[in-house]
Amino acid sequence: MAHAYTPGLKVTENELLHRRRLLPIPGEVVVEEGAKVRPHQVVARTFLPGKVEIVNVANKMGVDQSDVPGAMLKKEGDQVRQGEVIAEAKSLFGLLTSRATASLEGTVESISGVTGQVVLRGPPQPIEVDAYIESRVLEVVPDQGVVVESRGTLIQGIFGIGGEATGEIAMVSSSPREVLDEDSLSADLRDRVVVGGSLVTGAALEKAVQLGIRGVVAGGFDDQDLRRFLGHDLGVAITGHENLGVTLIVTEGFGRIDMAPRTFRLLKRHQGHRASINGATQIRAGVIRPEVIIPHQGTVPQPRDRPREQGMDVGSTVRIIRNPWFGKLGRVASLPSEPARLDSGSRARVVSVRVEGLGEPVCVPRANVEIIEGRD
Amino acid sequence: MTPLEDIRVILATDCGSTTTKAILIQKVGDEFRQTHRGEAPTTVEAPFEDVTLGVLNAVTELGELSGRKLLDAEGRIIRPARGEEGCDLYISTSSAGGGLQMMVAGVVRSMTAESAERAALGAGSIVMDVIALNDRRLTHERIERIRQLRPDMILIAGEVDGARTDKVVKITETIAAADPKPRLGAGYRLPVIYAGNRSRRDDVTRVLGGKTSLSIVENLRPTLEEEVLLPARERIHDLFLEHVMQQAPGYAKLMEWVDADIQPTPAAVGAILKRVATEAGINAVGVDIGGATTDVFSVFGEEFNRTVSANLGMSYSISNVLAEAGLANVMRWMPFAMEERDLRNRIKNKMIRPTTIPQTAEELVFEQAVAREALRLAFLQHRSFATRLKGVQQQRTIADSFEQDAGVESLVKMMDLDLLVASGGVLSHAPRPEQTAMLLIDSFLPEGITRLAKDSIFMMPHLGVLSQVHARAATEVFEKDCLVVLGTCVAPRGTARPGRPALTYRLEFPGGKEKRETLLAGEMRRHPLETGAEARVYLDPARDFDLGPGKGVPLEVTVQGGTVGLIVDCRGRPLSLPSESAERVDALKTWIEEVGVYSREAILH
Repeated sequence: MAHAYTPGLKVTENELLHRRRLLPIPGEVVVEEGAKVRPHQVVARTFLPGKVEIVNVANKMGVDQSDVPGAMLKKEGDQVRQGEVIAEAKSLFGLLTSRATASLEGTVESISGVTGQVVLRGPPQPIEVDAYIESRVLEVVPDQGVVVESRGTLIQGIFGIGGEATGEIAMVSSSPREVLDEDSLSADLRDRVVVGGSLVTGAALEKAVQLGIRGVVAGGFDDQDLRRFLGHDLGVAITGHENLGVTLIVTEGFGRIDMAPRTFRLLKRHQGHRASINGATQIRAGVIRPEVIIPHQGTVPQPRDRPREQGMDVGSTVRIIRNPWFGKLGRVASLPSEPARLDSGSRARVVSVRVEGLGEPVCVPRANVEIIEGRD
Repeated sequence: MTPLEDIRVILATDCGSTTTKAILIQKVGDEFRQTHRGEAPTTVEAPFEDVTLGVLNAVTELGELSGRKLLDAEGRIIRPARGEEGCDLYISTSSAGGGLQMMVAGVVRSMTAESAERAALGAGSIVMDVIALNDRRLTHERIERIRQLRPDMILIAGEVDGARTDKVVKITETIAAADPKPRLGAGYRLPVIYAGNRSRRDDVTRVLGGKTSLSIVENLRPTLEEEVLLPARERIHDLFLEHVMQQAPGYAKLMEWVDADIQPTPAAVGAILKRVATEAGINAVGVDIGGATTDVFSVFGEEFNRTVSANLGMSYSISNVLAEAGLANVMRWMPFAMEERDLRNRIKNKMIRPTTIPQTAEELVFEQAVAREALRLAFLQHRSFATRLKGVQQQRTIADSFEQDAGVESLVKMMDLDLLVASGGVLSHAPRPEQTAMLLIDSFLPEGITRLAKDSIFMMPHLGVLSQVHARAATEVFEKDCLVVLGTCVAPRGTARPGRPALTYRLEFPGGKEKRETLLAGEMRRHPLETGAEARVYLDPARDFDLGPGKGVPLEVTVQGGTVGLIVDCRGRPLSLPSESAERVDALKTWIEEVGVYSREAILH
C-alpha cells in the first residue's frame, strides 16, 4: 500500500468556498438567497438574552422568604428601571418601611417564595453576523443565518490568533525566507493584511497593532514572542477570541520557517486584492485552522480540473514537520512498506524524502510529514 | 445473545476521539486469549458523521488480519460464530466526540459539590466545571459560565436530607436563570439530575422541570457523614445512553449492534482495574496518558477513585503541561542542556501537529521529560482528590467529615501500593520497557515494594465492558495478554546525604544464584529478572529508611520479574534532584545508564 494518510493544509488558488454565517440563537435573516454580499454587510441579527442579576429581596428587606411574593410591587414579566423599588414591606406596626430596588434595567423574570430571590433580566443585547467574505448568498437557513458561497484562493494556516478581519494584501517581504521585522512596517500599511516570509518578530507584531494593520501572515512565529504578546503562556490551542488589535496567521509553525514557496507566490499574485482572514484555531476534535480567503475579482473563473490528493505517493510534495529536518520541503522518493528503526529506538513506517540541498533522500516517519495539498 | 457457556469468539471495539480500535478474543484451548487487533480512524466528525463507519472499518481490518469473516455482505456483524465466521458477543466503549461532558453543582465546594464531582468522574465523565455557592464567583459570573459551557448533562447536589435551608434551591435558580443548552442536538432538553435534599424536590422541580429534562435520584449526601454515589452514577449512565449517545452521530445504530450497554471509555477502564484489584486483594493505581487528557484510577481497599486532568496530555495539551509545570521542572529531567527558545517552539510545534513522533533520541528524551511532569501533576491532582469521603455508600463518623475540611491525608498511600499500571501512547509505545518503568518511578515515586506493568495495546476499555458480561474471559485476557509486567520497584522511604548507606540486600534468584549488595543514598540498581520468574529478597534498610514495617526494620519479600526486572531505587523519598546543574546531569546520566533507559549516544551531548 503506497498511501499514508497525513492530512495537509489547504493552499489552493481556485476553491469553491462555503461559509456558514449563523447566529448563536434564532433571529432574523436580513438578506435573500442569491444576493451579493460584501464582507461587512450584516446578513442576520438577533438579540441575546440580557444579563441576569439575582436580587435577594428577603435579605435586603429583612423579611421571611415566603413573604417575598406578597411584598413585591412588580410581578413576573414587569419592566423595571435601575434603582426602582420592586418590593416593599412595613414592619413594627407599620412604622418602618423596608424596600428592595432593581439593580439593573430590564424585566422581572422570576420571584421565589422559597429562597426570597428575584431574578431580573437586563435588556436584550443586539448581535449581528456579517458576510465575512465577498460572496453570494447560497442558502438562507431560516431564523439562523445564511450559507455564503464564493470562489477564490484559500490558504489555511497552521496556527493563528485574533478573529475575523479584512484588508488588502500587502507583500512586505520579498522572499519566503525573509524575516518580517519592525523596520519592514510603515504607516501606509494601515488597514492592510501584510505578508512576511519565514518569521514575524514580536516587535513587528506590536508595531503592526500601533499602525492599525489588520492582519499579519508569516511562515513562523516564536513562542516566546507569543507569550509576551498574549501576556500569558498559551496552554490549550483554542484561539480566535483574542482582542489584541491584529489577527496573526502562521502558515508553517513555531520558530523561523520559510513560508512554503507556493503559499508565498499565491499571496504575491494577489497583492492589492482584498482578503478576509481569521486567526481562529482549534487543535482538538473538530479541528479549526486559521485561514486567508481572497475571493476572485470580477468574473468568476471556472474551476480547473484538479485531482484531489487523497494520499501520499512517490513524487508527492511534502513538508517535514518535526526535527531534525523540521520545515524542509521535499518530494517523496519512496514509501518502504516495512517499518524501520528510528534513531529514537522506535519502529515506525517511514517515507524517504528527497530534500533540496541534502543530497541523498532522508528517511522520516510517515507521521512526521504532511502533504502540501494543491498544485499550481 | 449466545449463552455464556457457549461463547467462544468475542469482538470488542473502543471508539476513541481519533481512532477506533477493535480486538478479537477467542477461546484457545480452555482459556480466553486476545488474538488479533485492528484499527481505523473514528468517523464521528464531518464529512462522515457516523461512528459505525469507523467501527466497520476497524472490524474489516481485524477480519483481514485474523482471517475470520466478521461482517456479512450487508456490513452487519455476523452472530453467532460458525466455524471461521462471526462472533458470539459484540461489545463497545466510546469516548468519541469528546466523551461525556458534565457540569456539576453543589452548595459547598468541598462537601456536596465535591461528592457530585466524584459521582460524575466515577461514571466516566469529564467535569467541565463545578459550581458551588462558595466558589468565589458572583452569581452573574456563574450564570455566564453555565451559558458558555453547553454540557451534555448537569448533576446537582446540595444539603443533607431534611435541611431547612434554601441553598440548594438558590443554586437551582442560578442554573435555571442561565437556561443551559445541551452540546449536541438543538431540539432536545438538557438532562439534569437532582441528587440533593429530598425535601426540596418539589421546589427544584418547579424551578427546573419546565426548562430541562429533570430526573431525581436519592440524595448523594443524605447525612453529613454519608455519601451515596451509586444512584447518581447509575442515572448518569442511563442518561448517557438515552440522551447523549442518541444525539452523537451514528450511536443509535451502534447501540442496536452491541450485546451490552456502551460505556464511556474511562468508566470501563475503571471497572476492569477495580475488578482485578478486588479479586487479587491488592491496591492498584492505573494511569492513561493521552494526547489531550490524563486519567488516573486508584483502588485502595474498597475505595475506587478516578480523576481526569483535562488539560494534561502529550499532544493537544503538551503546551499546557509546560505552562502548568514550568520550564524548569521539565528541564530537570534532561541529561543535557537545550536552549529555551528552541524548546518552547518544539513544544508548540508538537501541539499544532499532534500526530508527529520523535525521530531522534534527543526528541524522545525531551518528550519523556515532559511526560514525567504531566504524569506527576495528574497524580498530584488525583492524590488530593482521593481523600476520605468517596466510593459507594460508606458510613463515616462526624469527626471524619470535619477532617475533610482540614486537608485530610490522601487515600492513595504510596507505601501500600501494590501495582502500578501504565497506559497511553508515551508509556505503552516507549521504545524500551526501561523507559516506561523509569517514567512511572520518577513521576509516581512508589515506596516500598511495587509491581510495575503496562497495558500492551490499550485493551483495558474493552476488558472493562467485557468484565460485566463475561468476567472470566475479561480476567483471563487481562492477565495473559493485556498486562505486560515490567517488573518490581523496591524503593525505601527516607532521605540521607548522598554517599551514606541506604539499603543492604540479598537476592536469591531462581536456581539458587545469590547476590548481595549495599546501595548508597542516591544510587539505583537494576537486576534482570525474567517475566514469570520470582526472586526472594532480604532487605535491610539503614536507620533513616523505611520499606513498610518501619525505619531500619528488615523485610523479606518475594518479588516478580518482568521485561525490566528488579529496580532498587535508593534515591530517596521524597526525591530531590541535585540543584546544581552539572551535578544533576551527572546523577541523571548515572541512573539512565544503570537502568538502561537510553543508549549512551542518546545522552552524549
